[in-house]
Amino acid sequence: MTRGRFQTRYLLYIPMVLAALFYLLPLYIMLVTGFKSFSEVSLATMWELPSGLYLDNFIEAFRALAPYLANSVRMVVPAAIISSIIGSINGYALAKWKFPGADIIFPAMLFGMFIPYQSILIPLVEFMKDINIFGVSLYGTVPGLIVTHVIYGIPFTTLTFRNYYATIPRELLEAGRMDGANIFGIYRSIILPISIPAFVVVLIWQFTSAWNDFLFAVVLTNPQAWPVTVALNNMAGSQIIAWNVQMAGSFLAALPTLLVYIFLGNYFLRGLMAGALKG
Amino acid sequence: MRVNREKVISFLLVLPSIAAVGIFIYAFILWSVRVSLSQWKGLLPDYTFVGLANYIGLFNDPRFQIDIRNQAIFTVLFMIGCLIVGLALAILLDQNLKGESFFRSVYLFPMAISYIVTGVVWRWLMNPAQGSRLSGLNLLFDQMGLDFLVNRWHTTPYWGIAFIALPAVWQMSGYIMALYLSGLRSIPQELREAARVDGANEIQIYRHIILPMISPVTLSAIIILGHISLKVFDLILAVAGKQLQLDVPAIYMWQTTFDGYFFGRGAAIGILLLISVAVLVIPYLRWNLKTEESL
Repeated sequence: MTRGRFQTRYLLYIPMVLAALFYLLPLYIMLVTGFKSFSEVSLATMWELPSGLYLDNFIEAFRALAPYLANSVRMVVPAAIISSIIGSINGYALAKWKFPGADIIFPAMLFGMFIPYQSILIPLVEFMKDINIFGVSLYGTVPGLIVTHVIYGIPFTTLTFRNYYATIPRELLEAGRMDGANIFGIYRSIILPISIPAFVVVLIWQFTSAWNDFLFAVVLTNPQAWPVTVALNNMAGSQIIAWNVQMAGSFLAALPTLLVYIFLGNYFLRGLMAGALKG
Repeated sequence: MRVNREKVISFLLVLPSIAAVGIFIYAFILWSVRVSLSQWKGLLPDYTFVGLANYIGLFNDPRFQIDIRNQAIFTVLFMIGCLIVGLALAILLDQNLKGESFFRSVYLFPMAISYIVTGVVWRWLMNPAQGSRLSGLNLLFDQMGLDFLVNRWHTTPYWGIAFIALPAVWQMSGYIMALYLSGLRSIPQELREAARVDGANEIQIYRHIILPMISPVTLSAIIILGHISLKVFDLILAVAGKQLQLDVPAIYMWQTTFDGYFFGRGAAIGILLLISVAVLVIPYLRWNLKTEESL
């Protein structure tokens, strides 16, 4: 339209840029501090750019956090994979083969997505202490944490797959049935090949929430099995470790989920929307 | 016959998950209720029934009163902050300016980060040291000539908890922005065109047409923020550690249970948290599933 309107529209960039600066501020301070040399670091100059790119802080932080980063990886990868397989099976059965009572089961599962975990924490710890699988105790260990994330992930993974499969037209399944396929055959030849987007959504969502979890980890693991969130929190509470190393450590702890977000942001967003139900 | 058989198979496929949810959520909730009605205090379980003694004890406990107050202040500020910032950003992004997807990604990225990382960084941004030891945001304010903004953040007497809402809004407002934005995008373009033809300006269109239409989003957002606000205990912990001034029920629960071995009281706090979430979430789930059926 008119030139005048055009220019006022550009004024909208001012609040947009200011908001962006607000969101990027903590990232800026993490990186700027991380890349300073030990001699440069002081609280008085914390906003200034480093004189060069020094890796001292990152190396120091990595040295301190490496075993815990490894624990996080060992916990998150199986948890995400098992979760998405279970979610896919549940979603398929609930969306396409509605058995009597499915309409009660589904909301009852969904409720589990919203409960404050403090309300099940004591039984969970007691239960884990009592359970042994082939002589491997679940309490205090990485496998115990995997089981926990898989089970408390069921509501979300089931919901996401169910909603995804609900959009697949019935005719497609009927066609499979005409060809003589049974419930498993239809899943393998028709459903599974078109499930990849839903798998990506659930994988990265479970990856992110298990990676970022603190509560389950802090009550269920012993120090050898700590994931990086617990280790980082302890690092931040200690007086011995310099704050610049803490900043570098925070960045290392955030990096995996940040990379997932940067490269698969749209899938991440879909997971967020699913978590809000219909929104 | 065959259809019935397959319904049985589909039930059997979901059965392990039904069992897992049944045990790990519902049976565990009942187990927690039982612990909360017991006198269990100490390393060994003691299920001697004491009625509501733990609950009554909590409501007479000065620490729990501080917790409820802190949680209320935090929740209100956190909700208002996220709703206002989220809606404002969504409206800005809805103007179809260039670079929209870049800005959207920036606003949303904190969602990918853990509360612990957020807390550790904001701990330094909100460094309360004064005078020559000024640092973090206080130092930035000082250098920009905005001295009046220099403050003691979460160490402010009495109102410290209010400042915890700042990193929480930083982390979660992008989520609310995304919810609003998808609400705005679902409004048909013709509606706006029609209003423009009728001579309405942009502000009138938002006020009288668009905002009323996205009010269900606000309801969803309030439910989501409400249940998230009870989960932020790790953020508080990472910013400030365990201190009474910033205590909330979730931290009290953790400390009294796993540091103090007062399992009865810890379970009571857990159940109270569950009840406060359930009164919000159960109607919300029913509403959601009903609208889903009517589609």
